Amino acid sequence: MSSDPQRSLHDHHEHTEMSELSDMQIRVRSLETVLTEKGYIDPAALDAIVEAYETRIGPHNGAKVVARAWSDPDFRKALLADASKAVNSMGNVSPVGSHLIAVENTPERHNMVVCTLCSCYPWEVLGLPPTWYKSAPYRSRAVIEPRKVLAEFDVVLPKETEIRVWDSTAETRFMVVPMRPKDTEDWGVEQLETLVTRNSMIGTGLALKPKDVT
Amino acid sequence: MSNTIHDMGGMHGFGPIVEEENEPVFHTEWEGRVYAMNRAMGPLRLWTIDEGRAAQEMLPPSVYLSASYYQRWYLGLVQRALDHSIAGADEVAAGKSLRSSDKPNQIFTPKDAKALTRGSYERPSSVPPQFKPSDTVRTRNVQPVTHTRLPRYARDKLGTVEAIRGCHVYPDSVATGAGEDPQWLYTVVFSGRTLWGEGCDPAVKVSVEAFEPYLLLA
Repeated sequence: MSSDPQRSLHDHHEHTEMSELSDMQIRVRSLETVLTEKGYIDPAALDAIVEAYETRIGPHNGAKVVARAWSDPDFRKALLADASKAVNSMGNVSPVGSHLIAVENTPERHNMVVCTLCSCYPWEVLGLPPTWYKSAPYRSRAVIEPRKVLAEFDVVLPKETEIRVWDSTAETRFMVVPMRPKDTEDWGVEQLETLVTRNSMIGTGLALKPKDVT
Repeated sequence: MSNTIHDMGGMHGFGPIVEEENEPVFHTEWEGRVYAMNRAMGPLRLWTIDEGRAAQEMLPPSVYLSASYYQRWYLGLVQRALDHSIAGADEVAAGKSLRSSDKPNQIFTPKDAKALTRGSYERPSSVPPQFKPSDTVRTRNVQPVTHTRLPRYARDKLGTVEAIRGCHVYPDSVATGAGEDPQWLYTVVFSGRTLWGEGCDPAVKVSVEAFEPYLLLA
């Protein structure tokens, strides 16, 4: 293996996808071994981190937050005022740190979130971002032609609806509270959670309709 | 760095957005290991989150664009391990420690992984904020060669302060090792037409999170 990680990684691009993956597996394992032997990481801690993101930390947490906001006007108010504090008051979602901000969709305004500079994302409530969110097409286009981007996600809004794009350029993190679908007046919180998709909390989707889940 | 390939807002030519159905959290084992190594090394405070970002932003554009997301994380982590003398290039290549070196006092444990939350970047301030909501501001026309969080598309533009987000660690300073130098942080909103011209949809508004040194009272 070359001692110039950038160059050799680039060279490997002409290989097939399979050999590239196994090449990365070898490189990453090598780095993990070095950092473990040097005393900087504990492989068991890495296992626990991966497991947390594959199970505990995901968009099911955000869905609980949104469903509660739809059902409880006091909670909705608290969430919009200080989302970190409101989410931590719930008790049934994984904890969040500072600077979480909830922005609410209305008939007049639709919110969507991007990080044009890399991949900032409210992972504590939504889990790790999907590949498309971190991709050059989304990062480049979301700020200049958001309506076209939304159409590619099958979200078509009246032309007078304001589209507000939040570029996550600091340590503040944004989650969208989508509009509550019609004909759900008698739905309980747990039922409502099933309508809240990850994309609806990024702003590239709307909440599902009752007919989508029943 | 500043005007580097990572600053993608408004660029053309990257094509359609491709959504993967039922996408797994990690596509391969190594993606999870790379991510977890970064997560586990962060709290050791050997470097800051902005230094980590800068390490990826300084990748040559051809490497940045052809590497996958987690390949960039791998390259950034290797670079920081070398820069901070945690390991030598020969050790990274050999996949084992070749010499003894100082160990950190504490490391990230499996127990720490039970509470994975983001840290706070808010800091006490010695001065009041210079701007208030509804102020009209102009973003500075700056082209720093070091790390910044003011995207190119939002420079030298008239916008409106919408909210004050507190006084936060200043990325432009901390990424260069010059200390946290906390600054007031604002949400500043621009009309799409201010950013992109007459051809832009009139119902579009875009906001950035802007540190006080990025702004001038208009």
